[in-house]
Amino acid sequence: MTMARGEIRFLLNDREIRLGTVGAGDTLLDHLRLDQRLRGTKEGCAEGDCGACTVLVGRRAGGTIRYETVNACIRLLASVDLCHVVTVEYLRGPEGGLHAVQQAMVDHHGSQCGFCTPGVVMSLYALWMEAGCTSVEAVETALQGNLCRCTGYEPIVRAALAAGNTAPDGDFLAAERAHVLERLAAMTDGARVMVSRDESTAILPANAGDLAVILAEYKDATIVAGSTDVGLWVTKHMRDISPAIFVGHLDELKRISVEEGAVTLGAGVSYSDAAPVIAEHFSHLPEFWSRIGGWQVRNMGTVGGNIANGSPIGDTPPVLIALGAELTLRRVEGQRRILLEEYFIDYGKQDRAPDEFVEAVHIPLPAAGSLNAAYKISKRRDEDISAVCGAFSVTVEEGLVARARLAFGGMAATPKRAAGAEAALVGQAWSEASVRAAMAALADDFSPLSDWRASAEYRSRVAANLLLRFYLETTGSQPARLSA
Amino acid sequence: MDGGRKDAGTRVRGGVHSAERHDSAHKHVTGAADYIDDMVEPVGTLHAYLGLSEAAHAEIVSIDLTAVRSAPGVVDVLTAADIPAVNDVSPVHAHDDPVFAEDKVMFWGQPVFAVIAESRLQARHAATLARIDYRPLDAAIDIDAAMAAGGDLVTKPLKLERGSVDKALAEAPNRIIGNMEIGGQDHFYLEGHIAFAIPGEDETVTIHSSTQHPSEAQTLVAQVLGVAANAISVQVRRMGGGFGGKESQPALFAAVAALAAKRLNRPVKIRPDRDDDMIATGKRHDFKVAYDVGFDDEGRILGVEGTYAARCGFSADLSGPVTDRALFHADNAYYFPHVRLKSLPLKTNTVSNTAFRGFGGPQGVVGAERIVEEIAYALGKDPLEIRKANFYGPPGRDVTPYHQTVTDSILDRLVSELEISSDYQARREAILDFNRQGGVIRKGIALTPVKFGISFTATWFNQAGALLHVYKDGSIHLNHGGTEMGQGLFTKVAQIVADCFQVDLDRIRVSATSTEKVPNTSATAASSGSDLNGMAAQNAAEQIKQRLVAFASEKWSVSAEEVTFGPGGVCVGSKTVPFDVLVAEAYMARVHLSAAGFYKTPDIHWDREAGKGRPFYYFAYGAAVSEVSIDTLTGEYRVERTDILHDVGKSLNPAIDKGQVEGGFVQGVGWLTTEELWWDDKGRLRTHAPSTYKIPLASDRPRIFNVALAEWSENKERTIRRSKAVGEPPLMLGISVLEAISMAVASVADYRECPRLDTPATPERVLMAVERLRAHGGAEA
Ligand SMILES: Cc1cc2nc3c(=O)[nH]c(=O)nc-3n(C[C@H](O)[C@H](O)[C@H](O)COP(=O)(O)OP(=O)(O)OC[C@H]3O[C@@H](n4cnc5c(N)ncnc54)[C@H](O)[C@@H]3O)c2cc1C
Ligand code: FES
Ligand code: FES
Repeated sequence: MTMARGEIRFLLNDREIRLGTVGAGDTLLDHLRLDQRLRGTKEGCAEGDCGACTVLVGRRAGGTIRYETVNACIRLLASVDLCHVVTVEYLRGPEGGLHAVQQAMVDHHGSQCGFCTPGVVMSLYALWMEAGCTSVEAVETALQGNLCRCTGYEPIVRAALAAGNTAPDGDFLAAERAHVLERLAAMTDGARVMVSRDESTAILPANAGDLAVILAEYKDATIVAGSTDVGLWVTKHMRDISPAIFVGHLDELKRISVEEGAVTLGAGVSYSDAAPVIAEHFSHLPEFWSRIGGWQVRNMGTVGGNIANGSPIGDTPPVLIALGAELTLRRVEGQRRILLEEYFIDYGKQDRAPDEFVEAVHIPLPAAGSLNAAYKISKRRDEDISAVCGAFSVTVEEGLVARARLAFGGMAATPKRAAGAEAALVGQAWSEASVRAAMAALADDFSPLSDWRASAEYRSRVAANLLLRFYLETTGSQPARLSA
Repeated sequence: MDGGRKDAGTRVRGGVHSAERHDSAHKHVTGAADYIDDMVEPVGTLHAYLGLSEAAHAEIVSIDLTAVRSAPGVVDVLTAADIPAVNDVSPVHAHDDPVFAEDKVMFWGQPVFAVIAESRLQARHAATLARIDYRPLDAAIDIDAAMAAGGDLVTKPLKLERGSVDKALAEAPNRIIGNMEIGGQDHFYLEGHIAFAIPGEDETVTIHSSTQHPSEAQTLVAQVLGVAANAISVQVRRMGGGFGGKESQPALFAAVAALAAKRLNRPVKIRPDRDDDMIATGKRHDFKVAYDVGFDDEGRILGVEGTYAARCGFSADLSGPVTDRALFHADNAYYFPHVRLKSLPLKTNTVSNTAFRGFGGPQGVVGAERIVEEIAYALGKDPLEIRKANFYGPPGRDVTPYHQTVTDSILDRLVSELEISSDYQARREAILDFNRQGGVIRKGIALTPVKFGISFTATWFNQAGALLHVYKDGSIHLNHGGTEMGQGLFTKVAQIVADCFQVDLDRIRVSATSTEKVPNTSATAASSGSDLNGMAAQNAAEQIKQRLVAFASEKWSVSAEEVTFGPGGVCVGSKTVPFDVLVAEAYMARVHLSAAGFYKTPDIHWDREAGKGRPFYYFAYGAAVSEVSIDTLTGEYRVERTDILHDVGKSLNPAIDKGQVEGGFVQGVGWLTTEELWWDDKGRLRTHAPSTYKIPLASDRPRIFNVALAEWSENKERTIRRSKAVGEPPLMLGISVLEAISMAVASVADYRECPRLDTPATPERVLMAVERLRAHGGAEA
């Protein structure tokens, strides 16, 4: 057995922190506010939805350090091992005064009550640092995870665009980058980490093999990737997740490759990390992808976690099922590869043994000439959970539908293909009449629930209408949906 | 930007009418602004957490708190039996708002007990361990159920009547009877409720409370503890948003914290989780409006009868004045020659609804705009034409349903300016053309006005106090009864004082609102913050100024008229004395450099029984044009453009006022579109967190957003520097989006039918309205 390190180590602003007493469910936000008394970072919801707790977490990636916004309220403390956590208190301009982003927020009246402001500032700073706040779209995307109830956002966007012109070169984090990298490297030991508080234990495996070994030992463990689902079990349901096995730091699970006609995403690849390769190979997905969670959630959350979680309203399963994706599961005894759609057995039940972890998902590249689309319907455009998600892949050969994969989320207890609607299409002309027949067949494929997100009636109607939208978009010249 | 700074030298920096920054802006952006949860806790601080009921209406058969008491870290558990005096925090003293439920629970989520522990997490954990047995009683969750169960009311309804409405309706050439459902709204202040009580000697306790109404928290905590008000000090430096949600609701948290703090003689903080905050505290009332309108062929309204039923929740709280205000705004900007309006403040087994920006007014206004739409679609006219035809006008068409004469309407000018600047007519034509193509995407445009009455309708609330000290170094300390929740009140009032003394703004420090400094204050509500507190502060400043003038004229032997305060100092005859020098000299001569200011709004009166009076000192006006696109396959929509022209009189601070207009508009759009409160059949609120309750995001802003203040407007009344209140009115500009969506929906049946789109107009409601109209309307345009 590997020797375990009994403490987590990270940089908090300019200080090195070493903590031995850390529970599985301890959050980064509580640590900042209660233990470190850094109270610039606020709690507005404790569920990753408001952004008041936004901080930056920098991690070593490809010889440099990548800073990302995260929701400290659901980011579990143990997972910042070997990272650089940057809070609003550390932000500063060249002479130690306000940073350009902060100054712009002041000048443009970007704060009213000010409670959302530190989080907004951190999101804007991250954008400014990475790409510059140069377009309204970029600013809105950066702010998808930040709620402000006072300003109506207009002055915040104005402030961001005003700050956008500043050159990021001389910025303090950029200037410190090499030094921070050195400090992080010096802390890194490649060891398994095991820390606990009272009876609650957090384990960070040394590598994927070690993960398999640990899972074999702790069959009641909770795997934690980005903690954008698990974090809420802790903060909202006060669930005991010990022992928690963290996987977000494992480089092997962060691999992205394109080979044998498929894109393979390691289970630990975040939405943000996956975005470029998704955009490159699946032209129907970029807009959809940017509507999963908010920016912070996409920085933390993983596709693997979205699948493993098994929710009927997760956004990627229908999309991946429509594309014919497969899943690799792994345990000490070895790996197995299954069709993704077979992973979802029933509500709350997946085809995963307690000692197995999801290792990777393989997404076949769309066949040449195939028609593909993915649609998300929610009350609010951004950072909302789907009422219905529809993802379609249809191949038309010589005017007839040769293959059809129509997958839906939000329509059943699992993400599911619409067998009846598919059958109604296959072999028929790709025409409005066939699509209408498929729409009618959907009524037998699904009997969705009514809840606070949508009524059963609406879900059914929209699911059918999405097929029509798909048809109109692939054949018509008129816009069949609102422009992004 | 920085209007105040460009002519430095000739004007003071930061006087009135300049676009000063929020006084805490630097602290906001650096995270250095302290909210209550950020304050340094004294050693020994404990944390309280509420245990909430899990039945909508039930008798409590038994409560077993053994497991709670023995949970790790638990120090104490409080129930109704532990309340020393009165178990009630009703803001209107209706004795129906217990701190802890006694033998019955009245809604799912009602506090039953509180647990006090060493850490908040421990308290929160322990609170889940209670075992409470309930015997269920019939529960009325919504308006229909409450009506069906006999229509119990939480407070006395109001009736407003003028003219002979029955006759007018019977004789009208056109008549429409309809219904509208208007959803409620959660405040979603980013900082949730919090109170932090620190016990003092004797009976005293200091409570830091996130409250818009420190004096009320003080009164109610004193009542719960059974001590005099002078033992309770309530303080608040700033809130992370309030919007009305922290008017009456904070008293409960303040009371629990104070009770525990006194019992245990240790500081106690209470901060519910967001979900509990949303479940256990009141919201905007949802309404069901039944209207009956008669009108002529030109669309002129002849008579209106309306019933405004509201889901009030289990107790009175502020539902009386809220439902009253709905009636006061049921006319919005339109003259109703004959009218009868009734409120129905219904009792339901849901959380007690409360104040929310607009205080019932917005629901009244939405109803008025629905009536306009009905008329427009019935006559095949542009709703704007109907609006204009019905605006309050000259004598003969200027009396409201509550018999107040409208003497200050500027809507004719305001609306026509906006109509031109937004290019309304041409855009409407283009949209009609676009929709004629019959595509999946449809568009709509609407111009809606707002007229909003300013003053508390409870006349006695229209008073305010301020406390001003000038220290001998010339620095100024300002305190007033208003609270800062982001609206920039502290900045505006400081500007007024800076202007009085003609000193730069940075000479003035505004301190936390405290019941110890200014007593018997009114809530910072009803948009009245600057109107009332600005006047009180000015009054205090004028008193000190007069003393300084008297002193200077005596000392330098000039007449009082020859002493004037200017940006360069105080001119005394031919010489100029710097402000600090004058102050230092005055101190040596034993001049009193502190003053308590006071103000009460003149000329207002209201006889509720008769339904007559002048409840409002003046009206604030505004109008918005919004253009939207909708997707008729999914009901999704997007606001393409909004143009606003809003009236704030002569603005005290155009930057802050514009911020209120932008923020209020977006909040109003959220209310009417994506913010949906959803209770299940057991009476559980299921949209109780931002994951399920969707307030607008940056990407929901109009794609083009033009906001202007009507710079030519000046309050006709002698308000503070002729400004007008701005907090609430802009919320109602969001109605333009609702009406624009409605037009886009109407296009699928060629505008022959009023879509009767209820709110919130979620994508689901929009799609269902499209389907309904298609089914009725038959052929597509
Ligand atoms: C504000 C907010 C917005 C959201 N919006 C969306 C949205 O728009 N669409 C959407 O689909 N989801 C959304 N989610 C849910 C969540 O972000 C996604 O499900 C996300 O992909 C989960 O990934 P994660 O890495 O955070 O998983 P975690 O929370 O770490 O884990 C989720 C589950 O997967 C298991 N798990 C994780 N990794 C593995 C593995 N390698 N092997 C086996 N089991 C594993 C965990 O044990 C757990 O059961 C949102 C969440 C939040 C907080
Ligand atoms: S506190 Fe709301 S996202 Fe973290
Ligand atoms: S400024 Fe109050 S929430 Fe953003």
